[in-house]
Amino acid sequence: MEYVTLLFSEIYKILYVLIPVLVSVAMIVWLDRRIWAFVQKRRGPNVVGPFGLFQTLADALKYIFKEIIIPASSNKIIFILAPIVTMTLALIAWAVIPFSEDYVLADINVGILYIFAISSLGVYGIIMGGWASNSKYPFLGSIRSAAQMVSYEVSIGVIIINVLLCVGSLNLNDIVLAQQKIWFVIPLFPMFVIFFISSLAETNRPPFDLPEAEAELVSGYQTEYSGMMYAMFWLGEYANILLMCALGSILFLGGWLAPINISPFDIVPPPVWLILKILFLFILFSLIKAIVPRYRYDQLMRLGWKVFLPFSLIWVVLTSGYLLYFDLLPVY
Amino acid sequence: MNIIRIFKTVFLIDFLTGLLIAIKETFKPKKTINYPFEKGKISPRYRGEHALRRYPNGEERCIACKLCEAVCPAQAITIESTAREDGSRKTTRYDIDMLKCIYCGLCEESCPVDAIVQGPNFEFATHTREELYYNKEKLLENGDRWENVLAANIKADNPYR
Repeated sequence: MEYVTLLFSEIYKILYVLIPVLVSVAMIVWLDRRIWAFVQKRRGPNVVGPFGLFQTLADALKYIFKEIIIPASSNKIIFILAPIVTMTLALIAWAVIPFSEDYVLADINVGILYIFAISSLGVYGIIMGGWASNSKYPFLGSIRSAAQMVSYEVSIGVIIINVLLCVGSLNLNDIVLAQQKIWFVIPLFPMFVIFFISSLAETNRPPFDLPEAEAELVSGYQTEYSGMMYAMFWLGEYANILLMCALGSILFLGGWLAPINISPFDIVPPPVWLILKILFLFILFSLIKAIVPRYRYDQLMRLGWKVFLPFSLIWVVLTSGYLLYFDLLPVY
Repeated sequence: MNIIRIFKTVFLIDFLTGLLIAIKETFKPKKTINYPFEKGKISPRYRGEHALRRYPNGEERCIACKLCEAVCPAQAITIESTAREDGSRKTTRYDIDMLKCIYCGLCEESCPVDAIVQGPNFEFATHTREELYYNKEKLLENGDRWENVLAANIKADNPYR
């Protein structure tokens, strides 16, 4: 009986995080298309529901009723598993994102490592999808994607080290609380920029959307997918984007902290601040999608390994030297 | 020159300018229209769906001269005719294969009595091919439905004919 109560309370808590995330993924897809359209002076989806807000729900409904085509020469088990893996991995990382000091599903002490591990696993969904399709475009797309995600994860890891040096803890709540005096975006601004660009590459967004470059690879690893399986890839992708935005706002923009801790600002509940920051980063994401051309593959690799990695490594040395010299190292 | 370029690259100057332009463009008026709810302006000469017109007293205009059938470059029109008791010649069959039609407007141009016209309607997609083999009833019905617009269009285009 005790276990049953525990189980249900845990499920309740999970749903409390998962449902808002899924709903906001749906809204964010709409927002993305809408901003993209606005920059190009189009109107974007505006028919279904108020301002077209339910467009994604209508799309999802359409995908559910579409036929799922499984290629005859594909590896069926892996083919079906791939979108499930992508979707699941994109969602379970949300377990450690703190929406306020106590509104967090799992307040584990290695939160940032957990997120890092999960987002590294994310590449498996893409590789599995590309490999199991047994077709040339998905295969090439997944190879590109794997190489790209691995190389940009390295620089993201080094950037996170910068933040961790200033915090002294891997707990995401501690990272947020350490920014009470000043958000890390100010002292670590170059790192924030590099983190932002790397997260564009990490989530396969333009200008780094080479894995699904429609000009040469049809649509990359998703080419053979249809119906609900395609929709799951798609939702997983947007959940990942949202996660990277959340991570960016927690690491650099002070997470759920108010900008200034004075009267009109501290009445607003903390989750609202986090959501606003995520939205800000996401709007940047989609504006960038509208304005940049796609990188060439060698340029992408050069940027990752020859620019971002050395630069963030040098910044680690600078940060640690600065902290050591002024005796600011956090003690735990 | 080179130093300026390095400066521009490091501080993402071009990129930020682009971002600023994008934000500016976001608030400008839209170039597109809400299509099914509002439609673009159509010229009186627009060559859309065909219609067979009638005289105000309800008599069909078509005199079965078969000029349209002869001029049709896609040979989409088929006409059969017969003489009535009062001696006038009228069609018994007037079919247009809308799938063959290339919407060139020659039938309308050749018609001496303004019977066959191409109206402003362009939304006549169907689920099957068969529905696009128009016969006389369908064309006359189109004519009845669009008569006001068709008459106005012909009047508007009259000085240029």
